[in-house]
Amino acid sequence: MLLRRREDLVCQQVVELVSDYLEGALSRSNRKRFEAHLRVCPNCTNYLEQMRATIRATGTLTPDDLSPEARAELTDLFRNWRGEGS
Amino acid sequence: MASDEPLPDAHTSTGWAPTLRTMDPATENDVELLSRLRDGDEAAFVTLVTRYNGSMLRLARTYVPSAAVAEEAVQDTWMGVVRGVDRFEGRSSFKTWLFRILVNRARSAGTREPRDLLLTDDSPAVDPSRFDAGGAWARPLESWETDADDRLLAATWSGRLRDALGELPPRQREIVILRDVEGMDSGDVCDVLGISEGNQRVLLHRGRSRLRAALESEFESRGR
Ligand SMILES: [Zn+2]
Repeated sequence: MLLRRREDLVCQQVVELVSDYLEGALSRSNRKRFEAHLRVCPNCTNYLEQMRATIRATGTLTPDDLSPEARAELTDLFRNWRGEGS
Repeated sequence: MASDEPLPDAHTSTGWAPTLRTMDPATENDVELLSRLRDGDEAAFVTLVTRYNGSMLRLARTYVPSAAVAEEAVQDTWMGVVRGVDRFEGRSSFKTWLFRILVNRARSAGTREPRDLLLTDDSPAVDPSRFDAGGAWARPLESWETDADDRLLAATWSGRLRDALGELPPRQREIVILRDVEGMDSGDVCDVLGISEGNQRVLLHRGRSRLRAALESEFESRGR
């Protein structure tokens, strides 16, 4: 998103910059403006915290366990491969 | 091994750790397991499969129309790994190498839109109706601080979050899976998917924003 200089960020811009902020991809001056906005805006502070909570929650999702059938099938494939190779 | 698969640079050094055959396979690191896999050790293979298969299936599903095709792509990938294990030289982590093979295979198994449609989703992170004419929040945004315990968070929300992840556009979903579910760093993700850091950030932003919105609506529907 293009930002005009020397102008305060509004909330609608801040929410589009959250990922760049979390990724450390904002320029120094934009990071300062972002952080200056957070200091005076409890809503955007909550928004940033909600995004962090979302990322943490996503990180707790675990893949489905491998079914015994699928494991057996892969093991068979492996045995076949090893048999061919030796 | 098919020619579309990434091969490590020949000039890089390998940096193999010594093999510890007495170790419990479940706690062995990938490099040790690969070393045993080269010797045809089935237990090492099973341990690697157990470790990564679920993640691979989830990633593969973002490319192909059915679970059965995803399983084929994953199986195909494992066979590519055992046949090509001598060519893995440790330039990237095993996981990055594995996922690159998988993505290449799943992409050719699936039918996907061309890469230049990468950034067509330019929907805003937050519904514009939430802001007033000056771009400020029209009504206060709730704090989620009271739900700060991550385990509680996961137990309460994981169903909704899982659904929302499944509903993301595929390109957003693959990146959210790799970054936030698998915990890979951005450099590895760009390597696996063959995209730029900038494109990755845009897609990650869209995906994470949608997941946040899904959780927020879940909260509101529960009348918090
Ligand atoms: Zn604000």
